[in-house]
Amino acid sequence: MNDQPMIQMINVRKKFGAQEVLKGINLSIYDGKTTVIVGESGQGKSLVIKHILGLMKPTSGKVLVNGKDINTIGRKALKEIRSDFGVLFQHAALFDSMTVFENVALPLRERTKATEEEIKSKVTEMLDLMDLEGSDEKYPAQISGGMKKRVGLARALVLNPKIVFFDEPTTGLDIAKSNEIYRVFYRTQTKLGYTSVIVSHDVPKIFKLADYVALLYDGVIQDCISPEDFQTSENPVIKEFVEKTMGRIYESEQLEG
Amino acid sequence: MINIVNYLGDLTLYYVNQAGRMGIFLAFVIYNIIKLPYYKISHVIKQIYIIGTLSVFVIIFTGLFTGMVLGLQGYNTLSKFGSEGLLGSAVALSLIRELGPVLAALMVTGRAGSAICAEIGIMRISEQIDALECMAIEPHKYIMAPKFIAALISVPLLTALFNVVGIFGGYIVGVKLLGANEGSFFTGMYRDVEFIDVYMGFIKSICFGLLIVWICSAKGYFVHMERSGGFGAEGVSRVTTSAVVLSSVLILVVDYIITSLLI
Repeated sequence: MNDQPMIQMINVRKKFGAQEVLKGINLSIYDGKTTVIVGESGQGKSLVIKHILGLMKPTSGKVLVNGKDINTIGRKALKEIRSDFGVLFQHAALFDSMTVFENVALPLRERTKATEEEIKSKVTEMLDLMDLEGSDEKYPAQISGGMKKRVGLARALVLNPKIVFFDEPTTGLDIAKSNEIYRVFYRTQTKLGYTSVIVSHDVPKIFKLADYVALLYDGVIQDCISPEDFQTSENPVIKEFVEKTMGRIYESEQLEG
Repeated sequence: MINIVNYLGDLTLYYVNQAGRMGIFLAFVIYNIIKLPYYKISHVIKQIYIIGTLSVFVIIFTGLFTGMVLGLQGYNTLSKFGSEGLLGSAVALSLIRELGPVLAALMVTGRAGSAICAEIGIMRISEQIDALECMAIEPHKYIMAPKFIAALISVPLLTALFNVVGIFGGYIVGVKLLGANEGSFFTGMYRDVEFIDVYMGFIKSICFGLLIVWICSAKGYFVHMERSGGFGAEGVSRVTTSAVVLSSVLILVVDYIITSLLI
């Protein structure tokens, strides 16, 4: 692991009117690692990702990506930083008037000088990797929720990004579809080796993929530690979260331990 | 009392902010239109089809009836003074200087402006614009620039079409139905319509084209910042209505300003 984090949030605060949602977020994301941000619904997990992506400006604090504060560097430099990003949105955010193929091909068409032949071959390769063969001519409205997420993932990964963000990748999917997304995630990360930031409340399943787990509670990151340390943490907030979400496993481990 | 002052202050700040946002938005789009690499020509052609070609029918229809009613009213009024010979110039000048640009722009606002606003508004609320930004694709270049160029090409052409069809409508009613002299109809038109009239109509149509696409795109783009709550389908529908109303009102205001400057 590099000592210098790839992404750093320093005392990030965000207010909406009188309500302060983020109350001083401090978080470091390291190169090549998978960091999972967990927390109960409504705590502002997606907001944390939106601040890293530069889609929202903090009321105060800094967001550094590769050492540069994305809120002060200007549009051009932000665009360069974003060219290393891939994002899977909570609701996939597919372009609904484009087919699956066109959705995945869009970054290649707009950001590279690839020929139509090269685009076709790359898109087909990505769709195969996501088990989406034969769906390329369908529109987002004609495919299932799980397929939409996989198309979103294919679009996020088509330009081989260095950092991939997953905002609730399995929300709204049944267990089988969730497992499918996790399998695809594992397969693509092994193949492409990207750094990933996952926002999820699918605990404890998500721990299997994580190098670090950060708990967001009351507008603050309580701790960002390995899944093993997380599950045995003495921090009362983390302890309560672990007991609430995976009580029985925790108890059995304690008993066995 | 303090509450009222607070409310008014809040409202003023909101509208000043909105005006500033829309101004910056326009500046960004213009910058992206002239900045290399240029937008793809296929995107512009698609938008010309959506804004221009699909508006042709409604423009022909409204242009024809506007010209016909001008012919009817003009003939009846002019005949009281025995000046039926001026019908051609009256119809042509009314259309080319005023009615053509204004009515064509109002029709394009209703047909294409509302569609532009709704499309961009839906893209905003369903995070499609965020997705574009995260893919390092500039929405001002990818979505807005082709629409702006298409509107600047289409609206003057639609206005010209409106004028031609309108004059034809005036001819049908005035000459063919009411019996005005065909020769004086066209000679008068040829004699009285000058370059400045066509120039004024052209300048107006360019300005209206820009106004429509600017207001409608910006309203959709900033749907999430609407004071009345820009959420969901209702937010988009509200913002679309407000974009159409604002564009229509501004068309009439700008029409007066341009006329007073060029007359």
